Amino acid sequence: MVIVALPIAALVWQSKHEGWAGFWDAVSGREAVAALKLTLVVAALAALTNAILGTVVAWVLVRDEFRGKSVVNAIIDLPFALPTIVAGLVLLTFYGPHSPVGIHAAFTQYALFLALLFVTLPFVVRTVQPVLHELDRDMEEAARSLGAGELTVFRRIVLPSILPGILSGLTMAFARAVGEIGAVVIITGNIPYKTEVASVFIFNRIESNDPTGAAALAVVLLTISFGVLLAVGGIRRYTTRYERP
Amino acid sequence: MSVRRLGLRSVAVGYLAVILVAPLGLVFYRTFVNSASAAWEALSDKDTRHAFQVTLLAVGIAVPLNTVFGVAAALAIVRRKFPGKGLVNAFIDLPLALSPVVVGFSLYLLYGRTGWFGTYFLRHGIQILFAWPAIVLATIFVSVPFVAREVIPTLREVGDEQEQAARTLGATGWQTFWRITLPSIRWAVIYGVVLTTARCLGEYGAVAVVSGSIQGKTETATLRVQEEYENLNFAGAYGISLALAAIAILVLILMTALRPRETAH
Repeated sequence: MVIVALPIAALVWQSKHEGWAGFWDAVSGREAVAALKLTLVVAALAALTNAILGTVVAWVLVRDEFRGKSVVNAIIDLPFALPTIVAGLVLLTFYGPHSPVGIHAAFTQYALFLALLFVTLPFVVRTVQPVLHELDRDMEEAARSLGAGELTVFRRIVLPSILPGILSGLTMAFARAVGEIGAVVIITGNIPYKTEVASVFIFNRIESNDPTGAAALAVVLLTISFGVLLAVGGIRRYTTRYERP
Repeated sequence: MSVRRLGLRSVAVGYLAVILVAPLGLVFYRTFVNSASAAWEALSDKDTRHAFQVTLLAVGIAVPLNTVFGVAAALAIVRRKFPGKGLVNAFIDLPLALSPVVVGFSLYLLYGRTGWFGTYFLRHGIQILFAWPAIVLATIFVSVPFVAREVIPTLREVGDEQEQAARTLGATGWQTFWRITLPSIRWAVIYGVVLTTARCLGEYGAVAVVSGSIQGKTETATLRVQEEYENLNFAGAYGISLALAAIAILVLILMTALRPRETAH
């Protein structure tokens, strides 16, 4: 509690220090708004992309059988295990100026998107996979025997069961993407108004000794984090509402 | 059916290949083919050595602390009722959802020259910020959730019948914990420790804010990567990255070996 809650209290205190007007000035500054907007949009895009592709990956890992599946399953966790700064460097090597495939995305918003895809990849896979694994396949068989096509079976039988998993994975992925710095700091070049994300903006404010500017945006990110945790808690309560009191 | 299955399989595997495997593979390939000796040289650099020592110090303090805390917190959350339980639960998860830069900044405010604790420590001549204590504090903060998050579901699943039985047979609280509870959650604890270690080793954002990145003093391994890259010493940056990536792969292998049965399938 001392480790986590006290620093957060200090942060909220600092942002209140300058009053509401000071807070608003700092948050509505042009560079801050640009950074926040970019962060939210690209983070949402990355989280959505991984929600779709993550569901496909989870599906393949549970329902498909092929050689090397266990290796593929292990690789999913790579973004959790690899230091994010290394991830950024690795992506720069492949998608940067010396790319072997001729894609030069470094220092653009595409690079930011790629970096966020990388770090948020495991979330949806890891929340959907266990649900899909527990899913009773008799219902799907029943639907099929009643004449439902594959898409209908997925949409009406499978999707409703795995949707809470997708949503909570998506929300956690979004939170992670909004706060990411290590993976983006090298590959995006941190160009203000173009590729500078919120966390990099905060970092630069601290470095140039402007705690008020940093605190304002930090409080915005903190609020988003609490919102995400509330949402995930809500999803968890909704899915377990018929279990134990 | 088989066409659809093949299609989905190619999408899944192809995506993972493009995003994860190919980039990492290329880094290993280029380093070994072009500049293995340069990478090795970078690793034997004095400041790099020191950076790894700082990282190891942070890991060495944060991992045991968070293991004990994680198990205790999980036990309290699952087995006890106390006021403010929901709040504790939420604060344990917070580091998962919060930007590490915000974490670092909060510590910076608390222990800085004008911070609540900062003025106290300053009066007693103890340097927290821009020194190793801040690095350790930041590392502890970001890795708080992992052990607790792994242990909580396992604790729920095993139930408390055996613990109650032990207690009715006259076991003390400690005996019950060491003989009954701990053996039944040990794999979850170990898995949590592996995750915590990986997170501590790789921490960048929070440490970047509080450490001041003083070469040969408060630089960690991940900060060293950034420094070498900015100094255009790419062989150095790749060398350290490769060492860290090798550790990450080791972590992956451990995670796969230890993952609970249901999801390991």
